[in-house]
Amino acid sequence: MLTFDRVFKRYPDAGDALSDVSFHLDKGEMRYLTGHSGAGKSTLLKLIAMIERSSRGQLLVDGQNLGQMRDRQIPFLRRKLGLIFQDYKLLFDRTVFDNVALPLLVTGMGQYEIARRVRAALDKVGLLGKENKYPLALSGGEQQRIGIARAVVNKPAIILADEPTGNLDPELSAEIMHLFEQFKQVGVTVLIATHDIELISRFDHKILQLEHGRLINQHA
Amino acid sequence: MKSVKQNKDLGANTHKSVRRGNEGRISKLLQRHKVSLMASLWRLLATPYTTAMAVMVMAIAITLAGSFYVLVSNSEQLVNSLQTGKQISLFLEGGISDQQASKLAQELRANELIEQVTLITKQQALAEFKQYSGFGVALNALEGNPLPAVLQVYPKETLTEAYQLKQLMAQMQNEKAVDIAQMDMAWVTRLQSIIQIVSRVVLLLSSLLALAVVFITGNTIRSELQERHDEVVVTKLVGGTNTFICLPFLYAGFWYGFISGVLAWLIISLMLLMIDGPLGQLSLLYQSQFQLHFLTIGESALLIFSASALGIIGAFAVVSQQLRLVKPE
Repeated sequence: MLTFDRVFKRYPDAGDALSDVSFHLDKGEMRYLTGHSGAGKSTLLKLIAMIERSSRGQLLVDGQNLGQMRDRQIPFLRRKLGLIFQDYKLLFDRTVFDNVALPLLVTGMGQYEIARRVRAALDKVGLLGKENKYPLALSGGEQQRIGIARAVVNKPAIILADEPTGNLDPELSAEIMHLFEQFKQVGVTVLIATHDIELISRFDHKILQLEHGRLINQHA
Repeated sequence: MKSVKQNKDLGANTHKSVRRGNEGRISKLLQRHKVSLMASLWRLLATPYTTAMAVMVMAIAITLAGSFYVLVSNSEQLVNSLQTGKQISLFLEGGISDQQASKLAQELRANELIEQVTLITKQQALAEFKQYSGFGVALNALEGNPLPAVLQVYPKETLTEAYQLKQLMAQMQNEKAVDIAQMDMAWVTRLQSIIQIVSRVVLLLSSLLALAVVFITGNTIRSELQERHDEVVVTKLVGGTNTFICLPFLYAGFWYGFISGVLAWLIISLMLLMIDGPLGQLSLLYQSQFQLHFLTIGESALLIFSASALGIIGAFAVVSQQLRLVKPE
């Protein structure tokens, strides 16, 4: 589902952000991506979502070689991904419903199907009944969960989460992790970038550890 | 990945939608455009001041271009009405009596090149002159009537060429009773060429104004694009294509153009209404059949359509260029 083969990412002025990274994730596999800040976690996620292009090496997502992908094709790659951001990236002038509906809206899906799926996604993150509220009227944890609902609403093949529990209390973090595990159960590949040691110890999954842009320990 | 069961469901769905055919897809597409179109309008109305400013500037530019056009088309019509109303005035010799004049008129009416002949007797000429010239009192002081009788000859409409008219005029000049035959066409031709130059200038100015409308829309859309930067980024991140992102801005451009166009139409019509009255009086004084030419339905539609198109062009120019610069971080 997700393959890195000797991938490098070099920024013109900051040097190598990723060096010689190789790993593979199967369908339905769930991993943590850890490392201190600046180790290259975000860069790695950006490469998968084609927010950045790799400098060298091969990167396969669902069988597609990202190195050969044209700009026009990028939107269709992103529709297979569910992206969860540390800063949520919500639109504050839109309701919770409209925020979550956005990934479906861009595909041209019909209104009724959108409404059905948005409610299902909001139900999963425990926000059903808050569709018509605006994000700023909700707490930080709730905003994070809007972001998660938006990431899963289009039934992605891969979920990429950047510090998804960074702003949640332990109880909510656990709920979110359970949610991710449910997705893993139905065959979604999940990659969670985090440095929340407690979380990692409570929910045991394999770890990809980055240090100065290199993978140092794949199976801790 | 979806579970096997989900995949099966997905397969069934695809099958069904294919069977449902293109009809569903097209109506869905239309529905999406309608929603997007209305959403853009509400967005404009949600910021009434910004919208009003842009729309007013655009409307004024379009009004100027439109008024130039109306001015030229009316001038053309005026000149043409002078030309179609081409008439030859026969000033008769002073000694000719009204009976003789009327007999001559009768003879001329028999000429197959002539449509109509009107006789203005000496008395009528004097009365008319008194009424319109303002010299009434002075004329009263005169002994007798210094004005000659006049025959106004209207040639057949089929006589369009200048040389034909000249021939006819020469023929009538030969009549004994006729002192002077006069057909003042030279100034009409001159006026026509002046109007041609003016319309050229007006065309150039209108093009500049159209360009201004494109730039104003472009600038307005650019600042809106900056305001909605986050939205564009997020939409890109969840898989929105550039087309999808562009569309609302193009619609906004359309609305700016359309509203300005309608406004400009209203202003032009109002201006025409305001000068219609005084102009009618003036034209009465000159005994002219001239009537003010308002914008026809076709011209009005063209005005509003062009304005909308200019709005879309302005939006497109900016969005297609700026969107490539917006990259999710």
